[in-house]
Amino acid sequence: MWPDQRVVKFVNDNFLPARVHAKDDSALFQKFGEKYNAQWTPTILELDSAGVERHRIEGFLPADEFLAQLMLGRAQIAFSQQQWDEAERRFREIVERLPDTDAAPEALYWAGATAYKGSHDPSSLTKTAEAFRERYQDSTWAKKASVWG
Amino acid sequence: MEINFAHDVDNVLKQASQLNKPVLLDFSAAPM
Repeated sequence: MWPDQRVVKFVNDNFLPARVHAKDDSALFQKFGEKYNAQWTPTILELDSAGVERHRIEGFLPADEFLAQLMLGRAQIAFSQQQWDEAERRFREIVERLPDTDAAPEALYWAGATAYKGSHDPSSLTKTAEAFRERYQDSTWAKKASVWG
Repeated sequence: MEINFAHDVDNVLKQASQLNKPVLLDFSAAPM
């Protein structure tokens, strides 16, 4: 996961990276493991600037899936801060760049939700439901979007 | 290019607040 240069660039561009190691930083691992309820490795948390967890990745993932999850978490941070334009751009970037990942249908759903939050235009939801009729039809996110149109 | 992970998490959280920047926190057991 970490040696992938796309992952390295994305982390360096978007986060302050910190690591606690189960053996080498055992006291810190216990302290922050309790604070954030992290009881397994690898666990990667994406925290907003106030230290609030916005996304969690547990277990190993291949590079594309891992990068997509990192991007999803970063988009969710923008969503939580009501930065609608940035959040939508970040969600759509996942669908465009990494369309075959598990994160992509979730990103498509949240791109629609974010567009609606920013515009209050219900057609954002209708268009998203239509998009799910063409791709990711078997995903949980398609089921969730089905009520939109 | 590599990721330079900090280990002083309290300081990282403080910096994050000051810089308004998100944090990636890795709980790892991988060989270092």
